[in-house]
Amino acid sequence: METLWFALVAVMIAAYVVLDGFDLGAGIVYLLIARNDAERRVVLKSIGPFLDGNEVWLLAAGGTLYFAFPVLYASSFSGFYLPLMIVLWLLILRGLSLEMRSHVEMGLWSQFADATFALSSSLLAIFFGAALGNVIRGVPLNADGYFFLPLWTNFTPQHDAGILDWYTIPIGLAAFAALMFHGALWVAYKTEGDVQTRARMLANRLRWAVVALTVLVLGLSELVQPRAVRGAWLLPLAAIAIAIAGWFSKSDRTRFLASSGFIVAMLVGAVLGVYPYVLPSNSDPALSLTIYNASAAPYGLSIGLRWFIPGMILAAGYFFYVYRHFAGKVQSDGEGY
Amino acid sequence: MDSALAVHRLHFAFTVTFHYLFPQLTMGLALLIVVLKTLALRTGNPHYARAARFWAKIFAINFTFGVVTGIPMEFQFGTNWARFSRSAGGVIGQSLAMEGVFSFFLESSFLGLFLFGEKRLSPIAHWFSAVAMFLGSWLSGFFIIVTDAWMQYPTGYSLGPKGEIMLSDLGAFLLNPWGLWQYLHNMIASVVTGSFVMASIGAFYLLTGKHTAQATTFVRTGVIAGTVAVALLVFPTGDQQGKMVLEHQPVTLAAMEGLFDTTEGAPLAILGQPDMEKMKLDNPFVIPEALSFLTYKHWGATVRGLRDFPRDLWPDNVPLLYFSYHIMVGLGTFMLALMAVSLILLRGGRLFTARPVLWALMLAMPFPYIATTAGWMTAEIGRQPWLMYGLMRTAQGSSPQVSAGNGLFTLMGFMGLYLVLGVLFLFLIMREIEHGPEEA
Repeated sequence: METLWFALVAVMIAAYVVLDGFDLGAGIVYLLIARNDAERRVVLKSIGPFLDGNEVWLLAAGGTLYFAFPVLYASSFSGFYLPLMIVLWLLILRGLSLEMRSHVEMGLWSQFADATFALSSSLLAIFFGAALGNVIRGVPLNADGYFFLPLWTNFTPQHDAGILDWYTIPIGLAAFAALMFHGALWVAYKTEGDVQTRARMLANRLRWAVVALTVLVLGLSELVQPRAVRGAWLLPLAAIAIAIAGWFSKSDRTRFLASSGFIVAMLVGAVLGVYPYVLPSNSDPALSLTIYNASAAPYGLSIGLRWFIPGMILAAGYFFYVYRHFAGKVQSDGEGY
Repeated sequence: MDSALAVHRLHFAFTVTFHYLFPQLTMGLALLIVVLKTLALRTGNPHYARAARFWAKIFAINFTFGVVTGIPMEFQFGTNWARFSRSAGGVIGQSLAMEGVFSFFLESSFLGLFLFGEKRLSPIAHWFSAVAMFLGSWLSGFFIIVTDAWMQYPTGYSLGPKGEIMLSDLGAFLLNPWGLWQYLHNMIASVVTGSFVMASIGAFYLLTGKHTAQATTFVRTGVIAGTVAVALLVFPTGDQQGKMVLEHQPVTLAAMEGLFDTTEGAPLAILGQPDMEKMKLDNPFVIPEALSFLTYKHWGATVRGLRDFPRDLWPDNVPLLYFSYHIMVGLGTFMLALMAVSLILLRGGRLFTARPVLWALMLAMPFPYIATTAGWMTAEIGRQPWLMYGLMRTAQGSSPQVSAGNGLFTLMGFMGLYLVLGVLFLFLIMREIEHGPEEA
């Protein structure tokens, strides 16, 4: 039962990363591929109808994590206090800049909103990557199951580590590059003309950077947490390879899907790497949180399945309905509010 | 009070108070938008479709601000209230996860369709997307209220061998009697907010002579819905909530009413200030025996006062609780009177030219917001010193590793950011009001 919920939470998080990933990525590449106001509006329109829905996955994933693994939620959220607050502020800034962008047509304010949008999207991608790195590396849990990490210390992952160190920063950068690539492919898929050409060119250039960073990150993980890269990795590695092959397809849609597959395979690899731990302790391994000592009581987990599965089927239903409605290229004269 | 604890309490109080300014409007407005869309569909009159489109813009701005200020709420359960989450997550995690699964997906999917899809959808499909949006937002409210109600009056749980709190009956947890009345009271309050905002903007257009055709629809809809909603707020939902407090938190009732001594035929305090030194109400203005009547429907009934309860069970801030409660009730009474007068004039066909009443309607817009905030303060300060009533004290729930300084730093960060957010919000809303609904 715990394993099943662990898998479900992982699916929710993966869905969040793939979906909000493309709009974060579109934010990262935004200033690079859209040069004037009209082009920027096209990029924003390509993500507009989906954005709220994508961000909801973060809340739903958080809620599911809270309900299935309350001990993990309590420990990790209070321990990562400062970076999470920064993430919240970035999410707020990002929402704010978009809202400003879509309502205000005033020269400098629009440019300010554009820059805030791109910057907050970029930093969010880096922070999410670094967060994953922290979970793989482990944190100094105390006997009560709590910890508190400073933002950075001496940048070594071994002793008195901070949130940012020479292991988690490269993971943050890899996440940044992967989502940037992902976002560029989304924009290429949803738009036409100059914007599409630039998005394609950018994606082509990014391909090898993503591959290089992936190899680097896997190597570092082997050094920092030898447990993380092991037999179970063969499957995700194969998936990663297949996904990367898909990046060379001619179809924008296939390439976007391949990039989604790549992200999912990477996350699955990370999850298999830590399982059955959910938050390893690097002070005393015996204090690590596992799916067994961090989960809710059995009744809650079993009754939860009875509403969770039908609920997610319903949610998937709305999702396909909305995506079908807004399928196809962005119309530049399209309606909005 | 331990200062880290005070900071964590203020942190949550500040962010949730600011957050709730937005959902209280969107939930109420969602219902009114469904009403307008239904009128449009049934009459075939594009006038109502234009009205719905204008309110959809106001709705969308509020929704976005509600989402961005809502994400921190879920995070704070873990970041600032780790020990609480560790104990209670297995129970309240159910309702919080249900909110994500059942309402957020519904609400956000159909909001996108509703806002971006009017030309692509048939009128019925567009009406349906408004209904789905309304359902999503009201379901969301339900799951949050159930969570809060469980903290006020825990049901459907059992204690494990080491005192851990485990869910034992999902039905009892979701259908908590406290929660059902609190839900109705709260949702009707959101309709009151929606109605006052709609009537207020309508009154503004009438007073300035702009968009008058639309303005009469706004005022009429706002006044009719507002009168019904304010009345339901007082009776039965407010009355029943009071009964719940009397039954399960009698010490809170005594503090809310400023009743220090157990009294036979207890008076109802209309004005007065609780004096915590002398343990009495300063400069009181009371209605004799009315409190006994309201609580027990019997003028001579005995109502227990604060002195009857051990001091460590008292809410830790009696005056604030007393003031919050009295402000809620006072504003509620005023709003009921204003809506009643407006409705009578509306029936007589004189409302749209009655400038003093239109002025009052226009300026009354902040009142439902203040009353709702005061109502929530009554509920949450009244719950003190408990975090989960009878199960865990607030002092035992905060994050052990997050210091007062870190908490204060992020609290001030939120204050600054929310100030900017508030300015931007007002700017965006004023632009929409300035722009106004489309003309025929």
